[in-house]
Amino acid sequence: MTLGQGTEGSLLVDVVFWTIAVSLIVAAIAVVQSKNLFRSALFLIVSFIGVAGLFILLRAEFLAAVQVLIYVGAVSVLILFVILMNRDVETGSPSNSRVVVPVGIIAALFGAVAIFVALHTEWNMLEPALSPGGAAAGMAGEVGGVFSNAIPVVARLLIRDFVLPFEAASVLLLTAIIGALALVRER
Amino acid sequence: MGRWIVSLDFHSIYEFFAAGPVFGWDIPGWLAFGLTSFVLALLVINALMISTALYTWFERRTLGRFQVRLGPNRWGPFGILQPIADAIKLITKEDTIPDEADRPAFTIAPVLLMVPMLLVVAVIPLGKDSFLGRLNIGVLFIVGVTSVSTIAIFVGGWASGNRYAMLGSMRGVAMLISYEVPMALAIAGVLLLVGPSLPAGSEGFADVSSLALSKIVESQVLPFLLVTPLAFLVFAAAATAEMSRTPFDQIEAESELGSGYHTEYSGAKFAVFQLAEFMAPIVTAVIITTLFLGGTRGFDPVPGQAWFALKVFAVVFLLLWVRATWPRLRIDQIMGFAWKGLFALSIFNLFLVAVEIEVFRGVGGELSVDTLWIMAAINWPVTLVSIGVLSLLARGRHSRRPEPTPSPLADMYAEAD
Repeated sequence: MTLGQGTEGSLLVDVVFWTIAVSLIVAAIAVVQSKNLFRSALFLIVSFIGVAGLFILLRAEFLAAVQVLIYVGAVSVLILFVILMNRDVETGSPSNSRVVVPVGIIAALFGAVAIFVALHTEWNMLEPALSPGGAAAGMAGEVGGVFSNAIPVVARLLIRDFVLPFEAASVLLLTAIIGALALVRER
Repeated sequence: MGRWIVSLDFHSIYEFFAAGPVFGWDIPGWLAFGLTSFVLALLVINALMISTALYTWFERRTLGRFQVRLGPNRWGPFGILQPIADAIKLITKEDTIPDEADRPAFTIAPVLLMVPMLLVVAVIPLGKDSFLGRLNIGVLFIVGVTSVSTIAIFVGGWASGNRYAMLGSMRGVAMLISYEVPMALAIAGVLLLVGPSLPAGSEGFADVSSLALSKIVESQVLPFLLVTPLAFLVFAAAATAEMSRTPFDQIEAESELGSGYHTEYSGAKFAVFQLAEFMAPIVTAVIITTLFLGGTRGFDPVPGQAWFALKVFAVVFLLLWVRATWPRLRIDQIMGFAWKGLFALSIFNLFLVAVEIEVFRGVGGELSVDTLWIMAAINWPVTLVSIGVLSLLARGRHSRRPEPTPSPLADMYAEAD
């Protein structure tokens, strides 16, 4: 048996999945519940890493690497910076108990809609490359890796099929950077 | 009988355990998986620890030579047992935690700095494949995992509850984020070359992405150091900053900040910080060897692993040389060097390599060894000229020292009254 083939549904994958899932949810709850903003940010990092673990279980290791690179390496560092610019990091802010219930209801509705959409969408599966048979065929030969080979597919989608939206997004980001610089520039 | 572990990667060891009875025991799949993971982790961690211990001795002796003094020479021949003495000293010291500290975060910071280094070595191909087999996201994995050490420095500085530690980690994080950009762009320049320069006879690599480290090694018929010297120089400079050694050691800056983010650390926690810091040059050298020097490639009577060790040692010595002879830069010079110098050079290199590949590639999109030599012949003069132009530009008035402005933190006597 080669790893990566037929590991779906095996005990090991279950153990890993439940470990990641439980620690992810615990960390996510801790983000919201912790009074100390800095510790909330650290728990947020833990949950980001947990999501990367789930991506690896789904054989989307490219997404996992990007998740760690961008969310753990960049976004959370920015969040930490912003937190340190604030006063009273350790006491936290007084909670607005009046808005907790309506905001909670809205968040729950949003979560329910997201799960419903995710379960009922006809996902455009990339059959030849990503279906279990295709991945197994690719891996049975010389390419006996632990991980599947989805990067060329992602690359083809990003840089060939959807190149215009991709570039438009980067132009949008560039505009945002220039705008931010123009706002803070000394005269 | 007759079953042996053929090579040190996950598959070989897993098959050794799982294929049949080992010493008369039948091992179920999950236990084989666990045993394999354990064996590999044991190998990676211990190999790195021992080489780091030896490296601390080597660095201190060599620095001594550079500075015309002896260095540690008391215990063992040439003082080679000094790392053991250091370890005993550090571990037996009292492990203090300041009252102001955030205790859990204070404890976890050294571990956070250590883990990425160990993870990186697990994916480096030390033979046909790496310990984890053929990881398809090799380079991205390294870039992603090493970016976690930024957070470790942040957490260490913040959790200490000390202003100097905080200042050190704020500076450090600003620096580390800045230098990640040219580093990633320099790697992108290498990745462009990987696909086209793959030699014709290498089966099994056609479907592997160019991010895979084993494919990068396989492609280097001519080491990428020769083909793109600019990428190598940018990467080496950025990596020196990433591991925050002189001339970029603003994170610690002993003369200004106490010792930066680990001012408050002592005992075993400080030992782990020190270990991670001394491990960084080795890990960097391993990455540079894989990306630019052809990894395990070499000629035949000497095995590939020996070539690898030799190249790593050469790079480590080069990094040490830089550390021993350069003064520390000011923080504004460091940030300027990242954004106005290395960033520009790495983007220029990316365009240069892309244009050259477009011009020189053959019908099937491949680059022959001769074309790689031509590219090297073009790139070396271009590198020297572009660095010269950049240093002329950097001499302008923009890089002069800014007027000092009074900082609110500097006004410490006002509070004392």
